[in-house]
Order: sequence, then structure tokens, then C-alpha cells
Amino acid sequence: MVIYTVTIEDDGSSYRCFESQTLLEGMESLGKKGIPVGCRGGGCGVCKVQVLTGSYTKRVMSREHISESDEAQGCVLACRVRPTSPIDLRVVGAMKKNVCRAVEPSGVPSLST
Amino acid sequence: MAMTGVLRPGHAQLRVLDMDESVKFYTDVMGLVETGRDASGRVYFKTRAERDHNSIVLRRADRAGLDFFAYKVLNKATLEELDGKLKAYGVVTERIPAGEMLETGERVRFQIPTGHTIELYAEKTDVGNGMTYNDPEVDVVDGKGIRPIRMDHALLYGGDIDGSRKLFEEVLGFNLVERVKLEDGATDLAVWLTCSAKAHDLAMVRHSEDNKLHHVAFQLASWEQVLRAADIMSINRVSIDIGPTRHGITQGTTIYFFDPSGNRLETFCGGYDHYPDNHPITWSWEHVGRGIFYHDRKLNPAFLSVLT
Repeated sequence: MVIYTVTIEDDGSSYRCFESQTLLEGMESLGKKGIPVGCRGGGCGVCKVQVLTGSYTKRVMSREHISESDEAQGCVLACRVRPTSPIDLRVVGAMKKNVCRAVEPSGVPSLST
Repeated sequence: MAMTGVLRPGHAQLRVLDMDESVKFYTDVMGLVETGRDASGRVYFKTRAERDHNSIVLRRADRAGLDFFAYKVLNKATLEELDGKLKAYGVVTERIPAGEMLETGERVRFQIPTGHTIELYAEKTDVGNGMTYNDPEVDVVDGKGIRPIRMDHALLYGGDIDGSRKLFEEVLGFNLVERVKLEDGATDLAVWLTCSAKAHDLAMVRHSEDNKLHHVAFQLASWEQVLRAADIMSINRVSIDIGPTRHGITQGTTIYFFDPSGNRLETFCGGYDHYPDNHPITWSWEHVGRGIFYHDRKLNPAFLSVLT
């Protein structure tokens, strides 16, 4: 069974990911955090990352969140990508539209109006 | 109300990224019945118990989400009457000819203030539910997949939910069942509307972006069926958002999960009956966590922010 180290540059954390797992599954199955988790189906764009080094295979992702130029620059959805080498990545998505996050300090989620 | 106008949710057309994978999911995991494929490549499904030809239509696209959500109305006269009322209200309507969707009559299509495309139609072929209209057997729900009773409602996210609510109330005869107020105590964060005696036929949440889908929901018969659905989801490694749990709002038991393209679905059971003389229930911001998830008593970030 082949397993690779995935390093999240943003916080310097890393986790081990089987080549049979997506980058998101690998992170989630170890109870790790670092990449935000959304639909896990390539549709919502929440787990958008940029792979800085390393190789991978990928599946179809929503063009609403990954444009062709994004894809050319290694921007992918972590739920659709499986590693074929060690991976260094940077988090891009981070629930940009996550209105909860905007008011987290008060501990009360709020929706924007 | 007497059921004379808009009867019920009729069909939802969903965009999927990979058709083969999606057909397998809706057939084997959801337990829906494929009823046809059209020249444009769309695939049609219904639940086993539904009599009309289709309730879920899948269209392959490069992004996930909802193309349109439709309600069935009583008859063609009602369709004409409601088209007239929409126009008088200032809504631009479009006629989609019969047959554009398989086994489906003429549709009246329009956009609501939250940017979603809604359709009304009166006719869809009754292909039956496997039982006869004469001396039928009891429908024993067993076999492969979740096998919901019906496609039940949708939750839509968009900006002007006040405008969309008024349109559904004033033109299409929907009633307000429950609402959640924002911190100011005045603005609606979310509303639940019914066109029948169900707890909801449509829900809407105020959001910064228009024309977004939160989920399409399927009704199950019991809490045990909800738990069985959760088992089937784990057996098939389906992406679960939250649940099994219960809502304070509508009081339904629920699981939220995602189809293979990231469209959120719900399987739920219960919810009380609503009649037009019932006063709407109002939830304050202080209790929204308990309102949405009665057991956790808090919202999860993905529930609010993950949309297609």
C-alpha cells in the first residue's frame, strides 16, 4: 500500500495520505484539520487548494470553482485529487463565503444579508 | 387549504458533473427508478411510490447545482390562471412546450427574486407506482437503496427572500409555516412555506449570492428508515453533512448528505401537518441552533456555507 506525506504550507502541518485516498479523505480519516471540508464531491469549491509540488491524478471538478487557468496553475479541489507523490499544497478555498467564520469571535454564526 | 391551485413539488432538474456515476448513485444508493433518457442526454427518475413519470432530472454540466424546481398544479385551467396572475404581478413568464421534458406537459417558467427558476405544469404521464388503482397490495418498501417515498421539497439560498416569499404567498397561494429572525428581530433569515398541509413545500434562506441550492429533500416513512438510510450511506461511502438528527423547525428527523457532484440532498421523516388557520411559528436568533438541529443545538459551518 503506497502512502505519501501531504504538507499544508499555510500552517506547516502534514498528514499521511494513501494513494487510494483523495487529499481530503486522507486528512479527514486521521481527524486532522487544515483544509476546509464541504460537499466532498467537486461541486461546492470549499476545499480548493493549490498544489505547489508533487504529482497527482484528478477527477472532474465544478468549473464554477476551478477555471481552466486555475487548473493549469495546480489549483484543484482536494476532494477530487489523489496523490502519486509527496504533495506540498496551499489552501485557497477556506470557505471564503463562510459567513460563520466572519463572526466567529463572538461565537455566533451570522448570515450576510 | 383545499387543494385546488398549486398541488406539490413536481420535479427538480439537477446539474451533475459525471452522468454515469450520478445515475449509479441515484439508482443504487437513493433507490430511485430510472424512467427515461432524452435526446439531450438528460436522465429521468422517480421514486418507486410516485405515480408521475419523473421527479428528478439529471443534466450533465461543468458545474453542480439546480437548473429549476417545479410545482404541479391542479389542471390546465389552473395553469392558465396562475400564468395570468404571475403576469399581473409583474413577473415575466415563459412557456416551455409539452414534450420538452419527457412525458411532461406545457410548463410555465419564471424567475423569482432570489434568482431561482421555478416552473408550474399541470400534466405529467401517470406511469404508476407498481400498484394498481383497483384492489392494490400494500406497498412494502424493501430492496436495494434508500427508496424514499417522494421528492418532497427544496431549500433555496438567495438575497431577496422577502420578495420570493411574497410572490409564493400572494400569487401562488403558499402559506408561511415557520420563520427564523436575524439578530435584529425583524429581518427573516429563513422561511418555510407550504402549498398544502405539509410542514413545508419550499424553504428559503437569506444569502449573499442568488440562485443557490441548499438541498432537495426526499421523504421517508419512519425514523427507522432514516437510520437505515444512514447505514446505506456509510456502506456506499456517501458524503454526509450532518445527521441522523432532528430539526426543531418542522420537527422532522433528518440526514443531510451530498450526491457525487456535491449537490446536497436530505432524507427526512415527520414534520407536523399545517393548516391555513395555524399561526406561523417564529424562532429568534438566540434559539436558531436548536431550531435547525434540535439535538446538537448549534449550527455547523458547512450547513450554512456549502452550496451548489
